[in-house]
Amino acid sequence: MAATMTAPLNTIAHAAAPANAHAGTPIETRHLSAWFAKRQVLDDVTLRMPSNAVTALIGPSGCGKSTFLRNLNRMHELVAGASMSGEVLLDGIDIYGPTLRPAETRQRIGMVFQKPNPFPTMSINDNVLAGLRLTGTKVADKDALVEWALTRAGLWAEVKNRLSAPGGSLSGGQQQRLCIARSLAVKPKVLLMDEPCSALDPTSTRRVEDTIREIADEVTVVIVTHNMQQAQRCSDQTVFFLADEERPGHIVEAGPTEQIFGNPVDPRTNDYINGRFG
Amino acid sequence: MASLMVMGLIAVFLVVQAIPALRTAGLSFFTTNDWRPDDDPATFGIASMLWGTFVIAAIALVIAVPISIGTAVFVNEYLPSALKRSFVSVLDLLAAVPSLIFGLWGLFFLQPRLSGTSRWLADWVGFIPIFKGNGIYTSSMFISGVVLAIMIVPIITSVSRAIVAEVPRSLSEAALALGGTRWGMIRQVVLPYSRGGLVGASMLGLGRALGETIAIALILSFDFTRSLHILQPGGASVAGTIALRFPEALDAGRSALSAAGLTLFVVTLLVNMAARSVVARTNRRRGGGAEATGAKGRA
Amino acid sequence: MTTMQNAGSHGPRRGSAVSSLVSMARQLAVPGLIAAIVTGIAFATTRLSGPFGMFVLWAACSLLGLYVFTRRSQGRMAATDAVASVTLGFAALLVVTALGFIVGFVLLKAIPFVRLNFFTQTLEGIDPDSPATQGGALHAIVGTTAQVLIATLISLPFGVLTAVYLNEIGGRLAGVVRVVIDAMSGIPSVVAGLFIYSIWVVQGGFGYSGLAAGLALAVLMLPTVARTTEEMLRLVPGGLRESALALGAPEWRTALQVVLPTAKVGIVTAVILGIARVAGETAPLLMTAFGNDRVNVVQTATEPQSALPLFVYQQFTSAQGSAVDRAWVGAFVLIALVLVLFLIARVIGRSKTARL
Repeated sequence: MAATMTAPLNTIAHAAAPANAHAGTPIETRHLSAWFAKRQVLDDVTLRMPSNAVTALIGPSGCGKSTFLRNLNRMHELVAGASMSGEVLLDGIDIYGPTLRPAETRQRIGMVFQKPNPFPTMSINDNVLAGLRLTGTKVADKDALVEWALTRAGLWAEVKNRLSAPGGSLSGGQQQRLCIARSLAVKPKVLLMDEPCSALDPTSTRRVEDTIREIADEVTVVIVTHNMQQAQRCSDQTVFFLADEERPGHIVEAGPTEQIFGNPVDPRTNDYINGRFG
Repeated sequence: MASLMVMGLIAVFLVVQAIPALRTAGLSFFTTNDWRPDDDPATFGIASMLWGTFVIAAIALVIAVPISIGTAVFVNEYLPSALKRSFVSVLDLLAAVPSLIFGLWGLFFLQPRLSGTSRWLADWVGFIPIFKGNGIYTSSMFISGVVLAIMIVPIITSVSRAIVAEVPRSLSEAALALGGTRWGMIRQVVLPYSRGGLVGASMLGLGRALGETIAIALILSFDFTRSLHILQPGGASVAGTIALRFPEALDAGRSALSAAGLTLFVVTLLVNMAARSVVARTNRRRGGGAEATGAKGRA
Repeated sequence: MTTMQNAGSHGPRRGSAVSSLVSMARQLAVPGLIAAIVTGIAFATTRLSGPFGMFVLWAACSLLGLYVFTRRSQGRMAATDAVASVTLGFAALLVVTALGFIVGFVLLKAIPFVRLNFFTQTLEGIDPDSPATQGGALHAIVGTTAQVLIATLISLPFGVLTAVYLNEIGGRLAGVVRVVIDAMSGIPSVVAGLFIYSIWVVQGGFGYSGLAAGLALAVLMLPTVARTTEEMLRLVPGGLRESALALGAPEWRTALQVVLPTAKVGIVTAVILGIARVAGETAPLLMTAFGNDRVNVVQTATEPQSALPLFVYQQFTSAQGSAVDRAWVGAFVLIALVLVLFLIARVIGRSKTARL
């Protein structure tokens, strides 16, 4: 796959670009806390999400897992009154530090949202290329990149004959895969997915899950999900978040997916994965 | 109901009042530049006024549209919400300043400070016909246009702001999440998504500019020529002529002014209707689009 | 490093809204300074003059400098972003500055001549050469009051009924009415004046009068009242409406006895905004009120009457030195009136939304 395309040539002078362009990068947080105005929603979260693996974040609604995700690519701060403390290290570099600007960070750490949000004013083709235009990245062969990204997202076969159709003309599941292709086209090191299948039907959900498994060899994937089966099917590591009266969102338990679902240490994890609350 | 009746009455009574003049002038009403309806023989037409009205409105739009859309985007995308509210108040206040005040301010404050710029333009780019100068740079269509621009900024800005505010957050977040800068997001997502509505907002501004009366009456020196030289004194406008000539006009003159008013009424009505329908269509298309994708998403 | 700082302060790191404005200003500091120097040199050496040229040149130089600096340190996209953001900021700043200059200039021109006599005397028997501190605009103030009152009395019921019709009853015609109201709000004021001139002054044979002016202003005020009221009615909770309808009340009764009283404050706001819109209108008065030098209250319906904007306009165009000064005082009173009305509407509107 990689042989058929020219590697994108980024014109921005990268402050800390790793040499290997086709591998994910580990991302970790240290003592991450987050607030909406005065209300604390995350408390002291330290977590390592290894490269080329899928990390699933599970937990009941309001446990802070989405906020955690949005802190990983500095989307949290876009909400008025939001704030955070602690560190987020992308391959050892603090993304909140002076080395990386927010836009550069987000270029490296892509995001797929809960509801598919292709740009309605752009064609399928332009949607895939939107990230390049937004980041000012020049590519020698755009067609090859479009094909590569859509293939990776498992959408190429369905849309190759109508690349100039508007992005909004696709079905919900196709739109979500288009959004994944759009994120992949800027070659992120990490891909964050915020309940990417919650608005999709079962068939589309399976397609997206297959896609997630497939891209995991190239990017580090962190996925928030409400769906236990989904976490089991497509993640390597599972993290259980919880918020209760005593403490805002924090990690109860993290570990290999088989262990969390097969033999959880904390009784609350056991209760949650067996559907006893949340 | 009453409003329907009023609109109908306006049309009917303007026509009634205008008939004698239109009968005198016939079709030459639309081709004659000069305005001497009370002379014998009377020669009058709205050609030069209509021309001037559109030239001044065009100047105003060229200045006001970028400022308004820029302001609307800035207020929406950059200002924290507390400042956003105060800024909206400033806009509403600016919209509430009477046009008489704008006229006086334009005449006494802006004109002395702007004629230097006019002269500079004439000196350096005077080879382009519209910037040709003759040494006098006051009472011009350019200065009228600048004042008008300030007057229509509030309406264009507030309509644009409403349009820009309706760009779904999910789209702007998607642009930022791809690594776009704030401007990149505005350029690639916000503006394309709002384009139709912004055109409508500008057309509403045009409608306002076409009907503006007192400010132009105070600033412009009316000479009823179809002049292209916007920096020099001279030109005319329909609404301005009505206000200036009405008090001293005789019966024939007043009928002729009513005919001019009727023309203005029709023109602004068409522009405003077109603007509203553009804005409404943009909103409908967005709503319809979201519904359609939602329905497909569920299928 | 950053962890240490955070651990030390224990405070959360703030979001970006305010800090981006601050950083915008900071980024602009150096290029702005250099641009100021360049602008100075340009003014000294070419035939440039005027504060506008100066500002435009300074802004252009600053933006260029900002682009060059940012591009070198942060790359092309960041540079474009910085320049575009600052440009948008300039646009917004321009709008605020314009309002400031307008209000400030009128204030500056009027303050030396503001005397009590402006509010207590008329222009009757005042010699054109007498100083601006003699004679006043009492007749104009009285006229404006009468005309605005008439306009309100007419446009209030019609405007509110239209709003109720649009919001509470609806039906097939509602769309048409909405379009017509929109179209009406775009009528040039001078056309409204001509209309009343035609229907009332000439065809009706009633001649110029304060009443005619009030009618013209009512035409202009109606759409403002109707649309603002409609917005306010929309704020009335639907549950209230439904509970009234559930009790068996017909729609029009619900609207009249439940919805309207709830939206009372909103309607007052609508009227004040409508008044603010028409109180400064000049053009329609030329062909309806016509103008007068003395106080005319009793004969509002039959005789010419002055009005504040008309007073200002006529004093101006007469172009005598002291008349122009008087006009500035009039302009000042006019602008103060509009601003005060506006602030009242704001305050009322705020307390209203707070209660809902």
